[in-house]
Amino acid sequence: MQNHQLLPHLYRTEYRKIIAVLARLFGFEHIQIAEDLTSDTFLLASETWANDKLPPNPTAWLYTVAKNKAKDYLKHNTVFEQKVSQHLRIETARAEELNIDLSEANINDSQLQMMFAICQPIIAVEAQIGLALRILCGFSIDEIADAFLSNKETINKRLFRAKEKLREQQVKIEFPDSKEINKRLEAVLITLYLLFNEGYYSVSSNTNLRKDLCLEAMRLTYLLVENRATDLPQVNALFSLMCFHASRFEARIDKNGEIIIYDEQDSNLWNDELISRGTHYLIRASKGDQLTRYHLEAAIAYWHTQKADSANKWENILQLYNKLLILEYSPMAALNRTYALAKAEGKKKAIIEAEKLTGHLYHSLLGYLYTDVDNDKALEHLQTALKMAKTSAEKTQIRKNIKKLN
Amino acid sequence: MNDFLLIFRRDESVDLQMTPEQLTAINKPWQDWMGSLAAQNKLADSGNRLHPDGRVVKPGAIVTDGPYVEVKEAIGGYIVVRAASFDEAAELSKGCPILDTNGTVEVRQILPMAH
Repeated sequence: MQNHQLLPHLYRTEYRKIIAVLARLFGFEHIQIAEDLTSDTFLLASETWANDKLPPNPTAWLYTVAKNKAKDYLKHNTVFEQKVSQHLRIETARAEELNIDLSEANINDSQLQMMFAICQPIIAVEAQIGLALRILCGFSIDEIADAFLSNKETINKRLFRAKEKLREQQVKIEFPDSKEINKRLEAVLITLYLLFNEGYYSVSSNTNLRKDLCLEAMRLTYLLVENRATDLPQVNALFSLMCFHASRFEARIDKNGEIIIYDEQDSNLWNDELISRGTHYLIRASKGDQLTRYHLEAAIAYWHTQKADSANKWENILQLYNKLLILEYSPMAALNRTYALAKAEGKKKAIIEAEKLTGHLYHSLLGYLYTDVDNDKALEHLQTALKMAKTSAEKTQIRKNIKKLN
Repeated sequence: MNDFLLIFRRDESVDLQMTPEQLTAINKPWQDWMGSLAAQNKLADSGNRLHPDGRVVKPGAIVTDGPYVEVKEAIGGYIVVRAASFDEAAELSKGCPILDTNGTVEVRQILPMAH
């Protein structure tokens, strides 16, 4: 790796580790201190490494500097020591003896605990995702703003308020009780699911960033799978779902960053390794009698990895969408169910069902269903859909569909 | 929007004559119908099926066997739908698979408890 690439790379991989460990030490009350110390560490690295004077082990260098900065802070900040150190997670009389543990095991533990601390329904879910990206994934504010199609100020404000709220509520950075874990895990899984979707379905044109969001969501979910207390069926189901979706990364985006819809993907580009990992975790998710939306969505995604287009495949997908909708309505699931119905039982039946739906993708769906059944009606619906389309990706797809009519 | 309870009544003796394969096959139209209601965001509660057996408790602590109805009108299950009017709730009920086996759907509006 080139030197000028090394620091951004380390920032992405090491910032989150250092901050998780320091934040756990200082607690949420003083997370700003942990953030400042971590940022200072990287600032010092950028100054000292500037003239190609790289330390032999840059990661170890960062850890040592971060540890020393934390110890110095505690030593010199007498106010902090007197008023606050009694609240420190690790009881210690003297800062020099403070053990700041940057081992892999402690980093993982700290990140898991941080995950539970951030994913709290008391703050808005976008704020949870933002905080997760900043603290658990080491994304810069610019990158988060880019992912949300927002600006730096808005994101900064959002994260500031969220941290304040967590402080006010005296949220602890700790592992939940085994009795509470299922309930607390629910909020964590929703955030990870949305984080993945943010990358997978995002309107941002930055394809690398979008892929990174998905990979980060997978990395965090995998931390939960690897941990004995959180290695639960619904967690495995979510991880399986992510593997199946991710298997189509290369097939679903063309050279210009435009989405290629499922029907038109080159299935040779689907990643077999991720598909078999998805299957492995879906089997692991089948223990117990709990059937969550993640189970159903993973099973739907599993059927989508089957290349042969059979009536049986789409009948299975249809029944899974029925179950998913009965469990929890969403406009997207309603549209996909109707699409599966068309594939399984023909367009005529699906048109009757589609006419009962509403929402802004309704005309797109009807346009597709009327194609080759009644092309005049298809054109009418597609033109309405084009007027209502919100993103350029949607518009491009609709124009393609209109072209097919002629 | 109001909530309406849909009560499914049918001749229970028909169920008892069905083979396990027939009972499995019956599942699909139910899933498709409820999936369709849910896709319209009109399914408020996916309800339950009811066991054919039951007890009836009468004044004087008298308990008798069996639901207290004609066997041809036994309640097999229920769901709750969201609809603007009785007409809409009845319209939604027209796709119910119970009608294919000569059963009926009773549509009742749910009134919130007075506090």
